[in-house]
Amino acid sequence: MNKRYNHTKATLALAKASFRSITRSPSAVVFTLAFPLIFILVFGFLGGGGIKVDLAVAPGSDLQNPVIRTLEQTAVIKLITDKDAAEIQQRLEKGTIAGVIDVHKNTAAKPAYLANITYTSASIDKGNILKSVLNNLMYTLNAKDLKPSVAEFRESTVHGRTYRTIDFILPGQLGFSLLSTGVFGTAFVFFSLRQTLVIKRFFATPVRRSSIILGEGLARIGFALLGAVFIILIGHFFFHFTLIHSFVTVLNMLILSTIGLIVFMGFGFVVSGIARSESTIPPISNIITLPQFLLSGTFFSIENFPSWLQPISRALPLTYLNDAMRQVAFEGAGLWDVRQQVLIMVIWGIGIYALAVKVFKWE
Amino acid sequence: MDKTNAIISVRNLVKNYARFEAVKGISFEVYENEIFGLLGPNGAGKTTTLEIIETLREKTSGEILVDGFSVDNDANEIKRIIGVQLQAAGYYPNLNLVELMELFAGLYGVDIKPMEMLEKVNLQDKAKAKYKALSGGQKQRFSIATTLLNSPKIIFLDEPTTGLDPQARRNLWELITDIRNNGTTVVITTHYMDEAEQLCDRVAFVEHGEIIALDTPDNLIDQLLGRGFERTKEVKKANLEDVFINLTGKEWREG
Repeated sequence: MNKRYNHTKATLALAKASFRSITRSPSAVVFTLAFPLIFILVFGFLGGGGIKVDLAVAPGSDLQNPVIRTLEQTAVIKLITDKDAAEIQQRLEKGTIAGVIDVHKNTAAKPAYLANITYTSASIDKGNILKSVLNNLMYTLNAKDLKPSVAEFRESTVHGRTYRTIDFILPGQLGFSLLSTGVFGTAFVFFSLRQTLVIKRFFATPVRRSSIILGEGLARIGFALLGAVFIILIGHFFFHFTLIHSFVTVLNMLILSTIGLIVFMGFGFVVSGIARSESTIPPISNIITLPQFLLSGTFFSIENFPSWLQPISRALPLTYLNDAMRQVAFEGAGLWDVRQQVLIMVIWGIGIYALAVKVFKWE
Repeated sequence: MDKTNAIISVRNLVKNYARFEAVKGISFEVYENEIFGLLGPNGAGKTTTLEIIETLREKTSGEILVDGFSVDNDANEIKRIIGVQLQAAGYYPNLNLVELMELFAGLYGVDIKPMEMLEKVNLQDKAKAKYKALSGGQKQRFSIATTLLNSPKIIFLDEPTTGLDPQARRNLWELITDIRNNGTTVVITTHYMDEAEQLCDRVAFVEHGEIIALDTPDNLIDQLLGRGFERTKEVKKANLEDVFINLTGKEWREG
C-alpha cells in the first residue's frame, strides 16, 4: 500500500483498454481502414491507364484493314464494335463516345481505303484528342514507305518516375482517414465516457487527468498509425504507390501522420466539449471534416479550384498534411523540406488546443 | 464492535449549488469496520455527501477526515484507501470483465489476478462477457468487485440494490456482509428500510440536507415505540417478501 503510485502504469493501462475498445468499435475500423481502402481500390483500378477515348465502329464497316488494325493497337483508343447504328447515334448525342469510324474499300484504285469519321459536339475535348491521334495515324500509315522531304521527327521520352493516380490519391485518403479518426473518434469517446460516468469512476481512483488524455491519445495514435501502415503497404504492393526512400519514407509519413492526428484530435476535444447530445456530434464533426475532405486536395489538386476558392483551401490544416505527405512520398522530401507545412499544422494545433482547454468538459 | 475508533469524521459539512443548499452543515462519524447507512428520500443530499467524502465533489465548507487524511489536502491518499461504487456508473465500452479489471488494476496501481477478483463476487463464469450484457444484480456485483481491487479500508456503495429482485438483493447483502467481515468499513445509501435494518450497524436519516436521526436501527425503532407509536395494522410474523422468497426459492439465479 505504501508503494509509490505509478502514473505511467495507469496511463498505459488506459491506453491498452482504449486500444482494445477502438479495435472492437465498428465505426473506428470503418473510418480508419474501410473508407480509405475503398477509395484507394476504386482509384487504384481506375488510374494508371491514362486517358481513354471511345471510338465506335459503324456497323457494316470493313474490319480487316490496316486502319482498324492500327487503331486496335493504339493505347488511347478503345474501339467499340458491338453497337447498332441507333445506339451509336444516341451515344454520340450524349457524348459518351467521341466519334464513329466507317472504313470501306475504295472502288477507285488509290487510296486503298476510305475512312469516314463523325465527331460529336457533345464531347469536344475527347474529339480533339481523337482527331490528332487519327491524323498522326493516317500520316504514319500513308508515309510508311516514304522518306520525309522536309524534316523527320526523332521522338524519345525521358524515363522519369511514373506519377500514378495512386500517388495523388493515397496521401489524400490517408490524411482524410486521420482527420475523421481524430475528430469523430475523439469526440465520441470523450463525450460518451463523460455521459456514462466512466470518467467519474476513473476520478475515484488516483489516476491523473493528464493520464486519461494521454492514454486515450496514445491508443488512438497507435491505432491510426497501424491503419496508415496498412494503407501504405496495400498501396505500395498492389498499386505501385511510390515510396522513394522506402523505409525512411514510410517513417517520415508516419511522423507526419502523428503530427496531423494530434492536431485533428484537438478538434475532437472541442467537439466533445460543445456537443449537447450524442446526436449533435456527427453534424458538428462534419462541419469540420467535410470542407477539408472537399477542399484540401484529397481528390483533386487544389490548383484546379477557381482562384476565389484557393485561399480557403490554403487555410485548412489537411491541405498542408496532404501536401507534405505527397512531397515526402513521391518527391522524396525529408521532414526538414516540409517544415513550412509542418509549421502551419503546429500553428493550427496551438490554436485548437487553446480552444479545447476552454470548452472541454470533464463532467 | 469498537465504537471509539472513527474512520470517517464529517464536521459541519455544507454544500451549496448555485441557488440550492444541498447539504446544510451535517456532522457524523463512521466507525471502523461497521456498515453505516445513509438513508433518506431522493434529493435529500445523500449522494452529494458521499461524493464529497469520496473526493469527487468540492465542498462549500466543513471538515472531513478519512482515516486521518483531509479531503482538502490528501485527496489522492484518500482515493488509494477507498473503493467507490457510483450510482448508475458505466464502464469502458467494448471491454470484457477481465479486461475491465486489468484496467482498474492499472488505475489503482495494484497487481491483482482479475479472475480472483471476479470469483470474490461469483462472476468467474462471466469473465469474457461485456458489462452491458450482465443482469442488474451481476452489474452491481461487478461494480463492487472494482471497489475491492485496491484492498480498500472503506468502500462506498450508492444504492447498490436499487432495481434488483428480492433474490439478487439478498445475494448482495451476503456479499456486503462478507466484505465487512473481512475487515472493510462499508458506507451505503439505500431507499429500502428492510435492507438498512438487516444490513446496517448504524444508520443516519438525511432529510433536506440535514441529519435528523442517527443511531442503530434497533435503538431508532425502540425510540419510536417509546414515543407511543403503534402500527395501524397488526404485523404478522411474515410479510409478502417472505412469501415471495419462500415460493420462488432463496437461491439467487442468473438472469
